[in-house]
Amino acid sequence: MSEKNYEFVVKRKDDNGKESYSSYEVPKDKISTVLEGLIYIKENFDQTLSFRYSCRMEICGSCGMEVNGKPRTACSTIVSQLGTDRVKVDPMKHYEVIKDLVVDMDPFFTKYSEGLPYIIREGEEDYSSEIPQTPEQFKEYEQYSMCIKCGLCMAACPIVGSDEDYMGPAPLAAVLRYNKDNRDQGSKYRLEIVDGDEGTSRCHFVGECTEVCPKGVDPSFAIQRLRMQGVRYELGKFFRRRK
Amino acid sequence: MQIIKEDVLILGGGMAGLRAAVAAAEYNKNISVGLVSKLYPLRSHSVSAEGGTSAVLSPKDNFDLHSYDTIKGSDYLADQDAVEKFVRLVPEQIYTTDHWGCPWSRNPDGTISQRDFGGLSYPRATFAADKTGFHVMQTLFSRALKYDNIHIYNEYFATSLIVENNSFNAITTINLKNSEYTVFQGKSLIFAAGGAGRLYQFSTYAHSVSGDGDAIAYRAGLPLKDLEFIQFHPTGLVPSGILITEAARSEGGYLLNNEGKRFMEKYAATKLEKAPRDIVSRAIMWEIEAGRGVKGKYGDTVYVNLDLRHMADILEEKLPMITDIAKRFNGIDPAEELIPVRPATHYTMGGIHVNNDTETPVQGIYGAGENVCISIHGANRLGSNSTNECLAFGNLAGVKAAEYAMSHSMPSLNNDKAKAEETRLWDDLMKRDGGENVAKIREDLRISMDANVGVFRTEDGINNGIRNIKALQERFKKITIGDKSKVFNLELEWALEVGFMLDLAEVIAKGAVLRKESRGGHYRKDYPERDDANFLKHTMATYSTEGPKFTYIPVTITKWKPAPRVY
Ligand SMILES: Cc1cc2nc3c(=O)[nH]c(=O)nc-3n(C[C@H](O)[C@H](O)[C@H](O)COP(=O)(O)OP(=O)(O)OC[C@H]3O[C@@H](n4cnc5c(N)ncnc54)[C@H](O)[C@@H]3O)c2cc1C
Ligand code: SF4
Ligand code: FES
Repeated sequence: MSEKNYEFVVKRKDDNGKESYSSYEVPKDKISTVLEGLIYIKENFDQTLSFRYSCRMEICGSCGMEVNGKPRTACSTIVSQLGTDRVKVDPMKHYEVIKDLVVDMDPFFTKYSEGLPYIIREGEEDYSSEIPQTPEQFKEYEQYSMCIKCGLCMAACPIVGSDEDYMGPAPLAAVLRYNKDNRDQGSKYRLEIVDGDEGTSRCHFVGECTEVCPKGVDPSFAIQRLRMQGVRYELGKFFRRRK
Repeated sequence: MQIIKEDVLILGGGMAGLRAAVAAAEYNKNISVGLVSKLYPLRSHSVSAEGGTSAVLSPKDNFDLHSYDTIKGSDYLADQDAVEKFVRLVPEQIYTTDHWGCPWSRNPDGTISQRDFGGLSYPRATFAADKTGFHVMQTLFSRALKYDNIHIYNEYFATSLIVENNSFNAITTINLKNSEYTVFQGKSLIFAAGGAGRLYQFSTYAHSVSGDGDAIAYRAGLPLKDLEFIQFHPTGLVPSGILITEAARSEGGYLLNNEGKRFMEKYAATKLEKAPRDIVSRAIMWEIEAGRGVKGKYGDTVYVNLDLRHMADILEEKLPMITDIAKRFNGIDPAEELIPVRPATHYTMGGIHVNNDTETPVQGIYGAGENVCISIHGANRLGSNSTNECLAFGNLAGVKAAEYAMSHSMPSLNNDKAKAEETRLWDDLMKRDGGENVAKIREDLRISMDANVGVFRTEDGINNGIRNIKALQERFKKITIGDKSKVFNLELEWALEVGFMLDLAEVIAKGAVLRKESRGGHYRKDYPERDDANFLKHTMATYSTEGPKFTYIPVTITKWKPAPRVY
């Protein structure tokens, strides 16, 4: 390989399910990110390569994949910062591969919606003014609202890998995001769901999810906080029943 | 052929499409709403919007001021009755999305806070840090999850629209997962498929914004309005095109040429760097043309520098996202180094012609967002005036389409047309074998559009652009789609997009050559003045096999007589 090129080694899967790796030499001066590398390959060398992308600015969550063994968003992974000229690209783990680097995201979004990730309020709404929320109240959930649904945390989580029913980091962090929003009145419904077998109790707090998250969401800590909320909620229920 | 039926169909899952879906679903819980999108909704371009969304919320502000700013910004090409309606619809949308969880940035007392933005006479940009679009999108998506009657069809790529007796009939799609040809039948349809900015090479847009919605409507006979008006944002980050928000200049950033000198004084004596986008974009291009552009480590690209060094102490607090972007994507620390920027396509003012009620000329077809032209943006959109449009008119389109669906029955499918499209896809497009590469055609188109129908336009240049488009259309007939896969065939998707782009490029270029004046985003070096006597009118382009046919319709003026646009 010439010093002027990067070597991209890309995992492939065709219509018949046959898996392989393809190698391409990509000129260093033509690309900066892993995503640009993949687009360059498709435009110049190999029309059959498939992958997902859209914003190219790490905000739409399309381009999750594994780069040199680590789950990353391809559009914000700068190749020259990888410390090697060899770029090995695989689809995210723990997802079914549709083709090449494209994985089935439907199960992720299904799990995501299980935790009722939306504001729940009782009674009629009056939309003629805002519901007050101080900057401090916003800080309570700010971090968890930054999730771009790239699904990398699911690829990093060993529990997701071994137990396909486990809700997983991003869906649980979303539950905390809504529970911590002072405009919301739906915690009790969500805690009933996440306190179940497939919720917070499954997490071993290994922290891999937090490490790979490009947006600093810290799902691991979110799950800890959520578990504490759950304990308080169950205790409250218990005492209410005794009264 | 797979057939799916929904009462209301929505093409596009960006801000306009999601808002419309929720509105239709809430209008009546018995209506089924099908949202068809080539991307998972949260992957839509709308998540990239940064700066803010204008709304009259303060008693010190008023609707006339917001209208005036919008109309002046539009270089008087906006329809003033539409603008007056628009500004009144927006505030409720801000509060509604607040109740649904949008983290609008706040004042210490918990009320919604607002800030300044280019071209506003009152600081009415409502924002969610510098991630306005992102947060609004998460909010709308979350709200959509609440409704069982919203069915989201992720990664279905629309290829054509079927119209029958001037009424909506169906849209045809490819399910990207398995290449299954899928026809969606509905009583009504809302176009919300976004803009067309990726017809150009250097662009702030997400890659997915290829004008599909405009082209699909156009091919089915719907008129496109004012498509020659493309907005160029002055500060696209070189080389990626990622947006460096206008806030960088409104907070006090300087633009410097290759002599290290500020140059805006020559072009906008009072507002300097804070002048509107089209004016600053042209100023940068004049400097570059005069040989005062910078050429550095980004190959042949010539650019100017954005200097934020004197603002080092406020970068983290006021401009966190762009500070992060410059560091991350360019390895540049704006506190110490200059940021390379140049004008990039940023907004498509034109689109499918709709009236103030979001109706197209075809019964049962509505539209909202960047896909359509009402027109509230005229020749130049003001920053912070698009996301609010998506909310206000997305909502209205949702209600209108739902009303229509309630009072109409499901039309029977025009099978011949549906079959013909299936044949076009699999027996024509997929089987072409002339060896032309789709990506290469796309690149050549984009380079030509940048050069010939870009910030500066001349008769010769545009005609050159038109010749190129014609040649590229011929080459497109000889493409070979190298990927024959039936599973997530990205090459096929690119081919369909490039086909759409070539049609639209022709409409843009031919509209531009006919408009012998300069107005807003459309600048003719050979006709540098605005010409109200001859061109205070909307361009309407209608499809024919020989190319677009052009007619014109008048602009609605209510209170604000056209005046020179000076900043
Ligand atoms: C970098 C950037 C920053 C911006 N910042 C601001 C801002 O601060 N304030 C502001 O007001 N505006 C801003 N804008 C403008 C604003 O973001 C857009 O105009 C707006 O988000 C467009 O929304 P939309 O719903 O119309 O389209 P999009 O968000 O582009 O959505 C289009 C939808 O259509 C679907 N679609 C397209 N083609 C097909 C097809 N063939 N088949 C099926 N589905 C299809 C896509 O999947 C997508 O879901 C910004 C724009 C850019 C480029
Ligand atoms: S929590 Fe982080 S890693 Fe997981 S989906 Fe959200 S942004 Fe991606
Ligand atoms: S392309 Fe949007 S996150 Fe990478």
